[in-house]
Amino acid sequence: MNLDFDFAAEQPKLVQLLLGVVAFCAVVALLLLLLDRAPMRQRARLHATILLAPALILLAIGLIVPAVRTTLLSFMNGDGSRWVGLDNYLWMFTQPEAVTVLRNTLVWVALVPILVTSVGLLYAVVVDRTRFESIAKSLVFLPMAISFVGAGIIWKFVYAYRPEGSDQIGLLNQIVVALGGTPQQWLLEPPLNTLFLIVVMVWIQAGFATVVLSAAIKGIPAEIVEAARLDGASPVQMFFQVTLPCIRSAVVVVLVTQSIGTLKLFDIVRTMTGGQFDTSVIANEMYNQAFRYGETGKGAALAVFLFVLVTPIVVYQIRQRREAAR
Amino acid sequence: MTTVSSTVAAVRPGEESAAGRVRKRLTSRTASLAAIVIAVLWTTPTFGLFLSSLRPEDQIKSTGWWTFFSDPQITLENYQEVLFGTSSSSGQMASFLVNSLVITIPSVLFPLAFAAFAAYALAWVPFRGRNWVYIGIFALQVVPLQMSLVPLLSFFSEGVSVFGTQILPAWNLEGPARFAQVWFAHTCFALPLGVFLLHNFMSELPGELMEAARVDGATHGVVFRRLVLPLVAPALATFGIFQFLWVWNDLLVALIFAGGTADSAPMTVRLAQMAGTRGNEWQRLTAGAFVSLVIPLVVFLSMQRYFVRGLLAGSVKG
Repeated sequence: MNLDFDFAAEQPKLVQLLLGVVAFCAVVALLLLLLDRAPMRQRARLHATILLAPALILLAIGLIVPAVRTTLLSFMNGDGSRWVGLDNYLWMFTQPEAVTVLRNTLVWVALVPILVTSVGLLYAVVVDRTRFESIAKSLVFLPMAISFVGAGIIWKFVYAYRPEGSDQIGLLNQIVVALGGTPQQWLLEPPLNTLFLIVVMVWIQAGFATVVLSAAIKGIPAEIVEAARLDGASPVQMFFQVTLPCIRSAVVVVLVTQSIGTLKLFDIVRTMTGGQFDTSVIANEMYNQAFRYGETGKGAALAVFLFVLVTPIVVYQIRQRREAAR
Repeated sequence: MTTVSSTVAAVRPGEESAAGRVRKRLTSRTASLAAIVIAVLWTTPTFGLFLSSLRPEDQIKSTGWWTFFSDPQITLENYQEVLFGTSSSSGQMASFLVNSLVITIPSVLFPLAFAAFAAYALAWVPFRGRNWVYIGIFALQVVPLQMSLVPLLSFFSEGVSVFGTQILPAWNLEGPARFAQVWFAHTCFALPLGVFLLHNFMSELPGELMEAARVDGATHGVVFRRLVLPLVAPALATFGIFQFLWVWNDLLVALIFAGGTADSAPMTVRLAQMAGTRGNEWQRLTAGAFVSLVIPLVVFLSMQRYFVRGLLAGSVKG
């Protein structure tokens, strides 16, 4: 094995990092200097302009103008040289390969929020006020720190396949074999493979649900719990008639956040199947069309559709947040 | 209400005692069982990966990691190869690790500063049209970053031209300078949520405090530096850690703006490549994946308090 790792080759990168940090300090210092120099008696507009300029310029270049251009591109052909009207949208809703993508996204967004919320809620309730509550929550919470790519590899390893007869190296197939079944190529067989990918997303996100819901459960006024207990409510009754109604808004927060995240999901599919075997979803197909097949128009149409799907959910989420903030 | 429930309770205990106690014990048993099953399901996959990364190559490929317990063999060779191996099939992960760091640090600093400036202006500098600017930035949260990828990439590679006249030149960045593109993209995408979160915190600061400082003749610069920044430090920490995890774990933005080579691509891109082309080289995949997990895990565990607080304040980027 050849181990002479070339540290000198890394130097230009570190120089670049240094440049970046120096540029950062310079920009911040310049802005603060301008702010101090701006005449005090001047109207507030000047101060506001200095403070807002970097954010507004970046938002214009990075989000506003591109969003408009993407919308226009979605009505154009692959290289953006000709208007094609609604062709790209027609393709998206009629061609089998595109319809599969939309159907998969629908399955994802129908299952992930519900599963994440259920698992998170169940776990939050059962570990609530036990001796090992904090460590138990940390265990489930840890996957939140892991990249979707890392999680994808962890689970690809769980799903790993070896032909029948040889030793299995994937945990799932080992269990199947131990129970007397035959090993399966979990990620290759539609439609079940999408479900195996969904498991990964649920695994990552359940910790989020646990933390949010557990905080909400702790926020339930003690008198209500006490009263219900004195009334002789069973744990199950307690859950459905006291806990759940009291944490309704937290449940909504989790459902909504998960729906948005799921609609935009890309990394898991890309890492584990690359969108092959009928597992592609909108964000993955958008990447493929726009950046691999050079079909900018189709990619743009998918992005616009994603925007249309996400908008009502985000608007709802923002409303909720504002109400919570009040 | 208390009187009603206490009378009910006074009647109940007798009839409840036997059946009720059994049922309660049963439910608490099922509850513990559910807790244990979930905890095991949530930790085993990661544990299996970690254990495998320490096993010799031929063993990883021929037997499951659970055989480790009957035949323990440990090696660090996988890590050595995936980090420092120089053949094209090895991971070269050390190089990508450096890239991840170079990408992440400025991509956290810039949005933090710009969002703080903007949030301060929107919260404490009274100017006409302030509400409209706020609503505008706020509304940008609905735009998925997929909407900007294609145009932003052409902005970098072709510049801006209107009706054939070049207004802004192309960036044409080569080699390490390409990192600037990634910083730029991450900064843009982080701003709407960042401004929103920091504005929430800043607008809750007591108005009398600001007023008093202004009466004493403090400029906005001084108020911002001396008064506001220290007071919102926890919020900055929260947004910082979220942005750190987001950038470090990001695949999509990096794929498009950092390219796929050891010159500038981060670890996530490399891992995704390895999972695709060398999907069965588990000795490298397991070690490589674990290398990429270590830093965010450490950051996460050491700053969990801020992270949880941020989660509850709604700072998850969809």
